[in-house]
Amino acid sequence: MARDVRDESVFAAAERAARESYGRLVAFVAKRTGDVAEAEDALSDAFAAALKAWPRTGVPDRPDAWLLTVARRKAADAGRKRRTGADAQPRLLIMAQELEAVNTASEIPDERLALMFACAHPAIEQAVRAPLILQTVLGFDAAAVASAFLVSPAAMGQRLVRAKSKIKQAGVPFRLPERADMGERLEAVLDAIYAAFAEGWTDPLGADTRRRNLAEEAIWLGRLVAHLMPDEPEALGLLALMLHAEARRPARRDAAGGFVPLADQNAALWNTPMLDEAETLIRRASAMRRIGRYQLEAAVQSAHAVRRLTGRADWPAILALYEALYAITASPVVALNRAVALAEVEGPGAALRDLDALDAETFTAYQPYWAARAALLARAGWPEDAVTAYDRAIGLESDDAVRRFLQAKRDALVN
Amino acid sequence: MQYLLLIYSDESRMASMTPADGQQMSQTFGAYTEALKTAGALVGGERLRPTSAGTTVRVRDGKQQVLNGPYAETKEQLAGYYLINAKDLDEALGWAARCPGATYGTMEVRPIWAMGES
Repeated sequence: MARDVRDESVFAAAERAARESYGRLVAFVAKRTGDVAEAEDALSDAFAAALKAWPRTGVPDRPDAWLLTVARRKAADAGRKRRTGADAQPRLLIMAQELEAVNTASEIPDERLALMFACAHPAIEQAVRAPLILQTVLGFDAAAVASAFLVSPAAMGQRLVRAKSKIKQAGVPFRLPERADMGERLEAVLDAIYAAFAEGWTDPLGADTRRRNLAEEAIWLGRLVAHLMPDEPEALGLLALMLHAEARRPARRDAAGGFVPLADQNAALWNTPMLDEAETLIRRASAMRRIGRYQLEAAVQSAHAVRRLTGRADWPAILALYEALYAITASPVVALNRAVALAEVEGPGAALRDLDALDAETFTAYQPYWAARAALLARAGWPEDAVTAYDRAIGLESDDAVRRFLQAKRDALVN
Repeated sequence: MQYLLLIYSDESRMASMTPADGQQMSQTFGAYTEALKTAGALVGGERLRPTSAGTTVRVRDGKQQVLNGPYAETKEQLAGYYLINAKDLDEALGWAARCPGATYGTMEVRPIWAMGES
């Protein structure tokens, strides 16, 4: 049954409120007990009930209290039935006490940031950090997270369980790291959020709701971190970067679903309020005078987006920003982007010389390298080499719209 | 919580150390142990003789098998340990990083599985 637009927005608001409350309660209880899985268990039934009830009844005045009441009743029921085994008894009692403690607190402190730092701790396997944050802070089940990350639900479930028991058994702390570790640890949290965003971003049409939601959820997490750590310029930088990318979503495909590269996008389709918000964030971050990777990446996007005002991307700025990014990251992908920017400033010949200096091995299976190389070769007047490079790019692409785009470019060289 | 800090290092390199270097290493370990004591974190700790002095024992089908040498051949060997109290993993990692063993080799940080804990 289809819901109309109004229902859709009511449903979204109710779901948002339920996730917001759920995450705050899980974080608060988990910080006190050190046990994420148990905190989730204690609140899962109440969360499910809220997801079902709130779109119909509206969000209650005190959503946290609503969830807690249901959670305590369920815990008490489970305790009475004694179905969960003898050793579960004292644990349920502890959980009931923890939930009681939350209920009597005048205001529940927001420990979601502490929970995120636990999830992105270096003791936790890197690939599971983003899924773990999505599950614990936002309440997504393993199946939803698994489908977004293209992993089987069983495998994802297992990784999440393992990570939570590692947090508990190893005593991973639920708190902000010491100042000496802050830079690195915050980067891990931001990286996890960005990984979630990137997964959502790979579905440009937003046809797959789960993945489109993932980009939105990542932006929401980015807002949360930026709000809770307003003096961390990299947190602001990441949010600006994601907003810039998201603002271009409406322009990434033409009416027929065809891929539109950034340079050919209709700037009028970009989401202006989102771009404005991103620009404000970048300015606030740069005033703090602590430059970092996400701020630079956001600034690159900003230099692209300036085209909506001036008619042309600021390529010299983009080149300089990639230089700076390369100095920080030494990443081959950054080197590739720097070469592409160089082509716009000094022409394709200079860019190709740059590409030739890179280690080709690294890019054997990296589609953007071959697509960029092909375009540069075509511009430099080497159509045959360009066709070969396009073929490699086409063979490495999984998105059909992009594949068609590359094929059209290739065929134009042959005919 | 209690954590065991296991010190792994390359025995052959330790064996070929000059006496001066050896003494310097002992001094740094001594200072580290004192720091742990002062902080009230130290529960225990010892240095181990090399694996060449080790013997492995197992019982199979009711028979004792005694073998000369270490349990497993590895590039770095267990050389010693500290048992410490720490409030959480970050504090334990902080102590592990300060241990001279982290510079000479590799530290493994393992939480103690207390009796009765699930």
